[in-house]
Amino acid sequence: MTTTSNSVEIRDLDLHFGAVKVLQKLNLDINEGEFLVLLGSSGCGKSTLLNCIAGLLDVTDGQVFIKGQNVTWKEPSERGIGMVFQSYALYPQMTVEGNLSFGLKNARIPADEIKKRVARAAEVLQIEPLLKRKPGALSGGQRQRVAIGRALVRDVDVFLFDEPLSNLDAKLRADLRVELKRLHQQLQNTMIYVTHDQVEAMTLADRIAIMKGGKIMQLASPEEIYNQPQNLYVAGFIGSPAMNFIQGTLTNTTFAASALQLPMDDYAFQNGPSDGPAILGIRPEHILIGERAASCAGQAEVSVDLVEGLGSDTLIYARYGTQQIRIRTEGNSRIKSGDVLNVGFDTRCSSLFDPTTENRI
Amino acid sequence: MVDLTSPVHDRIVDGPRGAKPKSRLSRRNIFLYGTLLLISVYYLLPLYVMIMTSLKGMPEIRLGNIFSPPVEVTFEPWVKAWSQACTGINCDGLSRGFWNSVQILLPSVILSIGIASVNGYALANWRFKGSEVFFTILIIGAFIPYQTMIYPLVILLREIKLMGSVWGLVLVHSVFGMPILTLLFRNYFTSLPEELFKAARVDGAGFWGIYLRVMLPMSIPIFVVAIILQVTGIWNDFLFGVIYTKPETYPMTVQLNNIVNSVQGVKEYNVNMAATLLTGLVPLIIYFASGKLFVRGIAAGAVKG
Ligand SMILES: Nc1ncnc2c1ncn2[C@@H]1O[C@H](COP(=O)(O)OP(=O)(O)O)[C@@H](O)[C@H]1O
Ligand SMILES: [Mg+2]
Repeated sequence: MTTTSNSVEIRDLDLHFGAVKVLQKLNLDINEGEFLVLLGSSGCGKSTLLNCIAGLLDVTDGQVFIKGQNVTWKEPSERGIGMVFQSYALYPQMTVEGNLSFGLKNARIPADEIKKRVARAAEVLQIEPLLKRKPGALSGGQRQRVAIGRALVRDVDVFLFDEPLSNLDAKLRADLRVELKRLHQQLQNTMIYVTHDQVEAMTLADRIAIMKGGKIMQLASPEEIYNQPQNLYVAGFIGSPAMNFIQGTLTNTTFAASALQLPMDDYAFQNGPSDGPAILGIRPEHILIGERAASCAGQAEVSVDLVEGLGSDTLIYARYGTQQIRIRTEGNSRIKSGDVLNVGFDTRCSSLFDPTTENRI
Repeated sequence: MVDLTSPVHDRIVDGPRGAKPKSRLSRRNIFLYGTLLLISVYYLLPLYVMIMTSLKGMPEIRLGNIFSPPVEVTFEPWVKAWSQACTGINCDGLSRGFWNSVQILLPSVILSIGIASVNGYALANWRFKGSEVFFTILIIGAFIPYQTMIYPLVILLREIKLMGSVWGLVLVHSVFGMPILTLLFRNYFTSLPEELFKAARVDGAGFWGIYLRVMLPMSIPIFVVAIILQVTGIWNDFLFGVIYTKPETYPMTVQLNNIVNSVQGVKEYNVNMAATLLTGLVPLIIYFASGKLFVRGIAAGAVKG
């Protein structure tokens, strides 16, 4: 009994498998028409959460609302959801057309209406020439398109995706990703998308929920997740190569780690600055070299261990004292291993964490 | 320009290429095929003797050479076995037993496989409270020697007034097939992708809808396996048949026994052999008709994928 414009709401959701508590007191609000990505490493409970929303798992405690209706005890087919699975899960003995119309037949929708909807979905997904084929005669990309079509024909409010692109090769995955984005813009449905691939999450999402051990660590837009991670886990999880963490202390808005002195005047402290031990998180591309390093307030000398040229970028693995540091700079740099570099820290784009609570300061 | 006289070039031209030649009479092949041949002869010899004997007349049999082919081929023994051989006071051959067996077989197979497949499907996909306990009890049933249940079943059948009838035997066969068939079907359905079941639920199909429209069409191989197991098992059954039916409803195996072991008159070996072959014909036909499917089904049930 709620009256917000939320499309999906999850209230204090608990899910236990016997003694294993996979989800605990989980709360999540998903807006109308939003593309929400559930991101986390394998086994963190993403699929479990999605199955709870779908009604494929009985929740242990808590409630699920879809479009303001309490659907906690409803059957999957009564919830107004469509679901796409990693393994496509097409019915092997039915044609593509049979797969698309199976749900509609179960819902006792008249035959001419079924025909219309199947034709429309086939057009949107460009699978019209495949309608008479069996799934066995389709490629991976085509199968996943049919699987999306099966959700599409049902005219549902909420789409659920469980790692739909994981079984495809890299090229197809990139293509289908763009198609999914376009589909979302066209349909304006709510979409909940589970993945462990941060590139998919960053490119598709309106908001990302990062999960760990059945809890949501941060729920925010991709930009915010990337630039203002709320805790060490999120900071380390997002970004490749990973963010650098430098142990040090914070005194009067100045971060110090041995010889390095970083004035953090531009930093937006969440609860005002507090002195004590701190961890500086800075992304590889925010450690500057060459002329740009000279303009930074905080600078340090690092020795280069290893250089990886990626064409567009160069990754430099260096040491500052005993700490490993990763630096990303433009391609074709002349730096070799053994060099000593003067680097500058771009403090406007860095994060500070409390080492005990692991939260952003 | 390539130097065609160089030693490197010679090596490329003259060296071995393509499939390595294999000797058919290698020691390995002789050993392998020799063993296979020996075993086949060992198994096929009795069958050969049976067929030959069944095609001879009695005078020829009395000559005593059981391996020699018939001098004069006669189908008389087959006809006699089918329609004239006597058991006790009845002299209408095996045909009555055959039709009794058919009447027992068809409902037993349909009933046991129908129920067991639904059982297996429910246990694999619709985990309900106590489903594990139920399954364990069922499996224990497969390990209890069935001789211990013979007498209790006599009482049970008497109480429900099915003792001596074809339907009583159908019930017994269905119940005894249940544990192993349920295990077979449960394992098969567990090996099917779980996401398929989930997709069908999202598509609004119910318990029966998923079973009939999604699971059944994917389970032909395992049904073939179950049919073969049940047809051969029930057709070849002797013990239950002799205990739970009466002379008018005896299955073919019991009647065969009565013909072969009949003490009156001379032993007609040719008729006995023909009768035995006739009785074994149904399982044999099933095997030959579905051997390939059978192997495929066993493999599909065994390998989880
Ligand atoms: N049916 C089940 N029984 C017991 N534990 C399960 C079951 N399904 C999932 N789990 C456990 O729940 C956790 C979360 O699983 P899942 O939601 O599938 O993770 P993922 O984030 O990779 O999708 C895992 O640790 C898994 O082992
Ligand atoms: Mg998963």
